[in-house]
Amino acid sequence: MIQTLKRILRTGILTETPQPTAPAESSAAQAQEKILKIMGRALCIRQVDAGSCNGCELEIQALNNAYYNSEGAGIKFVASPRHADMLLVTGPVTVNMEEALKRTLEAVPHPRLVVAVGDCGACGGAFGKNYASRGAVADVIPVDGAVQGCPPSPQAILDAIRSVVSSAATERSSRKEGDALPASSCDSVQTRG
Amino acid sequence: MTSDLINVQMESMPSNLPCRRLRVGAVDWCRRAAKLRAGAALLLTIWGADDRDRDGRYRVFAAFLDRDQITVLEHAMDAGAHPTYPSFVEFFPAAARMERAVFDLLGISSTHPDHRGWLRHAGWPKSVFPLRRDADAAQQFAAETEPYAFVQVEGDGVHEIPVGPVHAGIIEPGNFRFSVVGEKVLRLEARLGYTHKGIAKRFESLSLHEGHRLAARISGDSAAAYAWAYCAALEAATQAACPPRAVHLRALALEHERIANHLGDLGALGNDAGFAFGLTHFSRLKEDLLRVNQSIFGARYLMDFIVPGGVAADLSPHAPKRLRAFYASLEEDVASLRGIYENHAGVQDRFRGTGTLTAATAQMLGALGLAARASGIPQDLRATHPWPPYPEIGVAAITQSAGDVAARVALRLDEIFASLGLCRALLDKLPAGEIHAGIPSAAPGTLALGVIEGWRGPVAIALETGPHGGIRRCHAHDPSWQNWPLLEHAILGNIVPDFPLINKSFNLSYSGHDG
Repeated sequence: MIQTLKRILRTGILTETPQPTAPAESSAAQAQEKILKIMGRALCIRQVDAGSCNGCELEIQALNNAYYNSEGAGIKFVASPRHADMLLVTGPVTVNMEEALKRTLEAVPHPRLVVAVGDCGACGGAFGKNYASRGAVADVIPVDGAVQGCPPSPQAILDAIRSVVSSAATERSSRKEGDALPASSCDSVQTRG
Repeated sequence: MTSDLINVQMESMPSNLPCRRLRVGAVDWCRRAAKLRAGAALLLTIWGADDRDRDGRYRVFAAFLDRDQITVLEHAMDAGAHPTYPSFVEFFPAAARMERAVFDLLGISSTHPDHRGWLRHAGWPKSVFPLRRDADAAQQFAAETEPYAFVQVEGDGVHEIPVGPVHAGIIEPGNFRFSVVGEKVLRLEARLGYTHKGIAKRFESLSLHEGHRLAARISGDSAAAYAWAYCAALEAATQAACPPRAVHLRALALEHERIANHLGDLGALGNDAGFAFGLTHFSRLKEDLLRVNQSIFGARYLMDFIVPGGVAADLSPHAPKRLRAFYASLEEDVASLRGIYENHAGVQDRFRGTGTLTAATAQMLGALGLAARASGIPQDLRATHPWPPYPEIGVAAITQSAGDVAARVALRLDEIFASLGLCRALLDKLPAGEIHAGIPSAAPGTLALGVIEGWRGPVAIALETGPHGGIRRCHAHDPSWQNWPLLEHAILGNIVPDFPLINKSFNLSYSGHDG
């Protein structure tokens, strides 16, 4: 026990002040404040792997480590879609996961948000579309935002979550749920390396 | 029955390991398999190919890990209405699912009686075999639903618990069917294939020089292992030489990948045993390593570091010093956390005697890699079949004997220290020179095999070159194929709440398996 306590004290607090990687209209702290203002509690996220290579899952898991401390910042991963405000979906969506993904979405109460994670979730990535893959998440269920990268860094995922919540709050009244992403958002993936 | 001498053609096959290829008839397909089993060889992988455009035949291949080499059996069959080959599930139980997968993709069936779809759920019609050359890669089908006949357990008080495919965590999808009495598990049957992305078909649309990028994304946690296996196969097929410095850097990347995964698993295992402290501290160390990767290799996960002919980036002059300092602090931290885990009665109570896989069962089922080593079987290609740079560095296969969760935890800890030692040795012996060499063009129709011991076990890529620098066929294999059935045995007699812990202690790949 004494070793455990010593270790905790020696390690100290590692949580970093969020630094948005992309220029956002507001700082991460403000976005966070906005989340709390809108939700009045933690944002609950259900992650769904709809066919990914597991790379994105590893980076999403990293959000819970001491450096990113997403739970400390009011973003919580939950076990049931019925407890969720947001689905975080990695792809490409396989035909074998299509039904499970749709049913998971149905189980999420309204209002709800969907964020596609990674090059594959956003655009189909290295796998594209074929007999077994439907490609991007937006081709299967309505998506509110996406973050690219293979895999995207934890900070980029965090920024995407915050920006989707904050833009949904300002736009929801004027926007139909699940408008598709602009088609141009995938160009950068297809032409890359 | 004719003699082997008449019936079998033997030739050496391009690979990063000593490898021979035997063309056999149906009878010898089984006789050879029986002989290999008797000689304690391990089944590495099975794959099929549609060569009707070339000689009107289908082919099935099986690669085995023999004592001092890899043996690849090849059997060709005429393309009739029902091309069939003999099953060797009786010698290698792990073949059962692989044979089902070969049928799902190519429509060539083994004689084994289990005909349930494995990779095909109901996402494409039964009459469509997507890996056949005349199947349109871009064609999509409306998904249907088909029931799956799980094996039923009957008796007083037996009930079923279905779990998945969407799991209650940030993990990959798969379906587990538990048959239980009270809390006790009588039977577990897994149904996988949910993340089947058609990778093999996708490979066939790529050129040989871009296949490594897709290979690295077969299982994101084993990116370096798969990319290396692909490059090893391509380099063997083209007789290209990878510069010595690049070879060392590849191994450095592979060992970093091993350490990162072990750190992540050790944290998750502590958490699953109710010790959140373990997760906090091990995931912090993993993050530290990923950040070191970012600054040294240019990426947290090494998706595009290993490329055909070498590696994508060199170490900066200051990197070795920085890495050595990091290794020292990591070693100290892990040693201290090991002490805490080992002295924590609650954690040890959950770990010990849980999910035991006996050496006999592991042997019978053909366990590979980490899962085999935790049950006392010294299967580690880096030690038993070393490929450059490992002969120069020298690796000993580390084992634990108990076969339980505690053994798989202890093995990961042992391997972190061993890998840190290997990383230091790789830096000490890091040759000067180029990090990249050109790849000559490949003669079409060359079949080569790349096998790399990843952190879970050996990953294999069988690559056949096509005309105009394209890929004719590329088969990727994850050791999880062999190791998923182990989980179904290790759970027997344990209680349902221990499943997450036991499952995590194996931490098998869904994506790598499903393809």
